[in-house]
Amino acid sequence: MNRLTATAAAAAVLLSFASPSFAATIFVSNEKDNTITVIDGKTLQTIKTIPVGRRPRGVVLSPDFKELFVAAGDGDIMDVIDTKTMEKSRELESGPDPELMAVDPKGEKIYIANEDDSLVTIMDIKSGDVVGEVPVGVEPEGMTVSPDNKYTVATSESTSMAHIIDNEKMKLVANVLVDSRPREAKFTADGSQVWVSSEVGGSISVIDPKTWKVIKKIRFQVPGVRPELLQPVGMEFTKDGKYVFVALGPANRVAVIDAKTFEVTNYILVGQRPWHLEFDPDGTKLYVANGLTNDMTVIDVASQKAEKSVPVGRLPWGVAVMP
Amino acid sequence: MSSSSVFSMRHSAKLIFGLAAAFVMIWLTGPAIAEDPQAGSQSPSAAPAAAPSGGTQQPSSAAPAAPAGGEVATPPITKFKIVYLGKKYPEPLPLSYAERPVTDKGIQGARLYIKEANQSGSFVNMGFDLVEAIVPAKGDVVAKAKEILKKGDALIVADLEPEDLLAVADLPEAKNSVIMNIRSSQESLRQEQCRQNVFHIIPDWAMRADAIAQYLIVKKWPRWFVIHGDSAADKDYLAQIQRSAKRYGGKIVEERVYDLPPGARNLDSGYQQVQGQIPMVTQGAPTHDVIWVIDTDDNFGDYLPYRTSEPNLVVGTQGLQATAWDKSYTEYGAMTFQDDMLKLAKRDSTERDYTAWIGVRALTDAAMRSGKTTVPEIKQYILSDEFNLEGHKGLAMNFRSWDHQMRQPIILGGGTRTVVSKSPQEGFLHETNLTDTLGYDKPETKCKFH
Repeated sequence: MNRLTATAAAAAVLLSFASPSFAATIFVSNEKDNTITVIDGKTLQTIKTIPVGRRPRGVVLSPDFKELFVAAGDGDIMDVIDTKTMEKSRELESGPDPELMAVDPKGEKIYIANEDDSLVTIMDIKSGDVVGEVPVGVEPEGMTVSPDNKYTVATSESTSMAHIIDNEKMKLVANVLVDSRPREAKFTADGSQVWVSSEVGGSISVIDPKTWKVIKKIRFQVPGVRPELLQPVGMEFTKDGKYVFVALGPANRVAVIDAKTFEVTNYILVGQRPWHLEFDPDGTKLYVANGLTNDMTVIDVASQKAEKSVPVGRLPWGVAVMP
Repeated sequence: MSSSSVFSMRHSAKLIFGLAAAFVMIWLTGPAIAEDPQAGSQSPSAAPAAAPSGGTQQPSSAAPAAPAGGEVATPPITKFKIVYLGKKYPEPLPLSYAERPVTDKGIQGARLYIKEANQSGSFVNMGFDLVEAIVPAKGDVVAKAKEILKKGDALIVADLEPEDLLAVADLPEAKNSVIMNIRSSQESLRQEQCRQNVFHIIPDWAMRADAIAQYLIVKKWPRWFVIHGDSAADKDYLAQIQRSAKRYGGKIVEERVYDLPPGARNLDSGYQQVQGQIPMVTQGAPTHDVIWVIDTDDNFGDYLPYRTSEPNLVVGTQGLQATAWDKSYTEYGAMTFQDDMLKLAKRDSTERDYTAWIGVRALTDAAMRSGKTTVPEIKQYILSDEFNLEGHKGLAMNFRSWDHQMRQPIILGGGTRTVVSKSPQEGFLHETNLTDTLGYDKPETKCKFH
């Protein structure tokens, strides 16, 4: 802790881009370049490119925004970036092939999907100690922690299930079959639902945490686009909880779903193969990483229109936004 | 291997006790269901995902776990047997001495998926055992099949040549079994010789020819000079290239038989002889864009690239190949398969490893998702619209109702360090399913199931 504080203090003095600003900072992981592109939310200019471990995919910020966690799958580690210095500050022994992860609301534990090992690794963020491992289905990927910190949901891409972990006991309490290749899981802000996107199955399953049953399946339809290309991957709820924005991969679109009625209300054309997306802190913009076009689309949330495309590294995958 | 650390966890004394105490075997009819009480041995991580007390052997879509410390309250496990039926046929030797012959193609893929199936199955209280029934080169595979079928209907992954495959499929006792053909691309198995109890995982020659033809048409390389061997499989593939040319507007400018004796493999100075021979074999053909080589026995095809009389691209059984799987393919989680095969088999993955892997998967997924326990019910589910198979291709895959061929994107690669493309190509349209632009569509089929 002392070391961290010292580093942070030194960095604050040294670095100009850490000066206070109202604009958000956007982090995009570049799977093929082994870097994180740091973008100023106001100017949309790249302010830094940070080298990280091999094949970075999942990126997530600590709840206090002081640290950015980067899952470097082929490096078998998780890099931690100090968001003041914008330098790698430490590495965590994440277990093999980390892909996506979720931090609990208190910022104490991080839940990591170890894709190659069919495990969820639970780690104490401060110490970096592994406090638990929960075996799940084959190729775990999506991760979400409930707002009350009781449950973590992990998806397994090959087994095609959502696995529910009791966070206190670090044990599975339920396994829910969903459509093929579930990629991401997200709790609603009130914790009343878990949404799971199935890439190859082309659907989103809405799960009720009271029964752990699928209560609704949402599918997509775009005239002129082959149904098999409508592959939901990344999902984000708007800050008011009214809409869900979903990246549709090879359909090159982001779908907008009414969270109440489960109706798909709009499709927004973005770059090619959007993977993951994230809102800016005030919820007015959405940033989408486009895997095949090496850019990030900025969507205006109110008008639901793509505004701008910003170049990033090769094979952009994950997005995180810091106020 | 993906389950290695799961394994180490399982070996804690408490869990072992839990497993031993918990697994009550359910006896069901038919050899698809195991009678082996050593159930836990192949069910990695079975302990955490127990069903509620009083649970049945039927899987449910949500299987709540046991209460804390409740390893004893584990419900029964439904066990299935998957039979890998094969024969040690002599494999064609690789053209190069430097390339080692691979003698365990297929079975390694089946072993890999059985592990994954058990891991997935453990969450819904299902287990799967792989029965490896591989007879010697001169063994009697039909007798082996009879022995297996004595116990009832079976779920079979068949690593068999066409004659043996049909002999097994036509056994009266095999009538209600499900047989996954993972080895033979022979066209007649999907046409005149189709069988209601046989499903084809491996692409046929028509799908392969169409996959390459679409790519050549997209590239505007429509003139094809075909050089072929004269084995039955070579002729089978040739007929499908002729069909593809007609379908997609390609033109075969000449068909030429390669009839030089194989042998350069045995010469120290082999490359000199080959360098002299191949220009002669390839000269004098009408103007063409590519050479399409058909050499299913791997006797000469790899001699063509860089040695032809004109600067030529080579496609077919060597050069750019149309395949269900390639060791360079990495999309949609394919890297896990590549990594796992390397760990398990200590070699690169092959197409047959993949077809065996997904052949097992088709059967175990159908059992898991349908919740059915008899072979005819599982077969019915495989043929239903609900059945969707995930196999690292980026599309849900299933079987064509008219000939039981599995729909799948075809990889174009093989002779290259990276995948060149995947067919169907953009722009080739089909009214119901784009992958049905590859191979025989419903109106063309000669298959009549009886």
